[in-house]
Amino acid sequence: MSIEIDKLKCVGCGRCRDVCPGTLIALDEERRAYIKYPRDCWGCTSCIKECPVYAIRFFLGADMGGLGSRLHTEKSGDILRWVIEKPDGSKAVINVDTRESNKY
Amino acid sequence: MKTEKIKTDILIIGGGTAGCYAAVTAAENSDKQILICEKAHIKRSGCLAAGVNALNAYITDGRTPQDYADYCMNDAAGIAREDLLLTMSERLNSVTERLEKEGLVILKDEYGKYVTRGNRNIKINGENIKPLLAGMAERQPNVRILNRVNIIDIDVSDNRVNGAFGIGIENDPFYVIEASAVLIATGGAAGIYKPNNPGFSRHKMWYCPFNTGAGYAMGIRHGAEMTTFEMRFIALRCKDTIAPTGTLAQGVGAKQINSLGEVYEQKYGLTTSERVYGTVAENAAGRGPCFLQTKGITEEQEQSLLKAYLNMAPSQTLHWTESGELPGEYDVEIEGTEPYIVGGHTASGFWVDTDRATTIKGLYAAGDVSGGAPQKYVTGALAEGEIAAFAMLKYLGSGTPGIVPEESVYSHEKEISGFLTNSGSPYTAGQLEEAMQTVMDSYAGGIKTNYRFSENSLDIADRRIVQLQALSDSLHADDMQELMYIYELRERLTVCRTVIAHLKARHETRWHCFAENSDYPERDDERWNVFVNSRFVNGETEIILRRVSAP
Repeated sequence: MSIEIDKLKCVGCGRCRDVCPGTLIALDEERRAYIKYPRDCWGCTSCIKECPVYAIRFFLGADMGGLGSRLHTEKSGDILRWVIEKPDGSKAVINVDTRESNKY
Repeated sequence: MKTEKIKTDILIIGGGTAGCYAAVTAAENSDKQILICEKAHIKRSGCLAAGVNALNAYITDGRTPQDYADYCMNDAAGIAREDLLLTMSERLNSVTERLEKEGLVILKDEYGKYVTRGNRNIKINGENIKPLLAGMAERQPNVRILNRVNIIDIDVSDNRVNGAFGIGIENDPFYVIEASAVLIATGGAAGIYKPNNPGFSRHKMWYCPFNTGAGYAMGIRHGAEMTTFEMRFIALRCKDTIAPTGTLAQGVGAKQINSLGEVYEQKYGLTTSERVYGTVAENAAGRGPCFLQTKGITEEQEQSLLKAYLNMAPSQTLHWTESGELPGEYDVEIEGTEPYIVGGHTASGFWVDTDRATTIKGLYAAGDVSGGAPQKYVTGALAEGEIAAFAMLKYLGSGTPGIVPEESVYSHEKEISGFLTNSGSPYTAGQLEEAMQTVMDSYAGGIKTNYRFSENSLDIADRRIVQLQALSDSLHADDMQELMYIYELRERLTVCRTVIAHLKARHETRWHCFAENSDYPERDDERWNVFVNSRFVNGETEIILRRVSAP
């Protein structure tokens, strides 16, 4: 399980690098973020929530049953939109209202 | 490498749950200078990076702090400190109210009361709980935060703490910090045993993989008394995603069933360790795999679960969605994790008094590093941070500023430059970490042996860990991050030796799986209703048995 960063989308703000609890993300010479230690990701998705241009995707490793989908979030007001892009091109979106508590 | 010297009144090592709250408490109640050193960035560091969706330690209507302490004592089969549990429990609700005031979303009923889950839990949206806590600390004018500074050791002379040494991971200064009081709030130890999926997804573990036992190791190295390291924690989790099971068991009432569809949980008992043990036993008897029976939950429940997991363990929602195996149609497979040492769940950690003062003068411990008070969870860690902060302020009134001796600065500088200039070792810190995990897995009761060990296997484990410690002396680091990895490995190896010594000392099996001793498979209340404590003196772990005081 780890993340991918789209270098073409990255604007080099460094927020993903700052927030990573494992200090696993670095900036290259052109100030583009990349995951330096992909095997060390905990899957917390902190970097994904920070990225202002939605350039980071989270996926499950094949060794833990991953099937190749990619997850990212988009923030719109109080709504955190969780977007799952499946390998067949279909999308699933789950909107979480950040003002609402878990019910279970 | 340049050296930066800092003086402060209070040094807090680790800006996680307990550390942030301790800083806020000390800042709001004094004009003392407080410094937090955090090896990552406090916004999302530590256990709460992804969030939580319930507060598991809360005194619900009609219950008392004593009830909570009783529950913890029972779950630990009597090996816990009632005095610590009570002082913590008394603060659980006030820290919760404070978090709500700061913006934490808590589910309320039509009368404005918190909606409870069972007798001790309340439901929240805790996705942003860490940024919220970090913000509280950042707003205090007398709190200084050094992000990406990894504390590698504390300085102690005549059993009094003088400060600490740190390395900047990004821009390489060597920090010498002098402090009048020091709080260790680093979290427990993950990564000492081989994890469930040791390949690409090796960090998909229950506990924060960046919690490497640093605080424990610093205490052990300087002869602090430690307690109950044999009471390891093993979490019962959703298979592969290692996501929480409490939301399914308590939230939608899912029972543990084996592959024949039989509910087995009653057969083995319902304490935390028994729930893991039952699952291991059913698998061993050929009735696995085991599941939480979610099939048949309502669509509304299913949709809520998808959201709830996004707020704490997004892997699980991604797994459900991409596989199409939704919990209403498919039961959720479960497994036990590798063992961790974590004082917020079991009783391992520093031996402290009710002020959370350790046996080293001026050194305090709160949260997962503090021993004797299991089932702290988030609110208990906040409560301990608060208690320690008030105690440190009191201590500052009587104490003197710490002074770190020059020879100690020199020896740490020498050690660091050694790692940066070493050559000739065929190994990396990562390779030795894998070797350590294999040793612990095979000989100290890991997943491989269904958590079982014997005195003979522990002797082999200890011998191998000592060999790995020697090999770690000649590791080479190219940069400060690699240097941190070397220190993290060495911290874990130090913790391993203490775990092995404790497992060997308790001649009984009081907690299944947590300490499953093949030589002594029964519980022995007559002889072993005692704390196993230890001190590391002259290179050896000295065991001290202490009475569990009667209530």
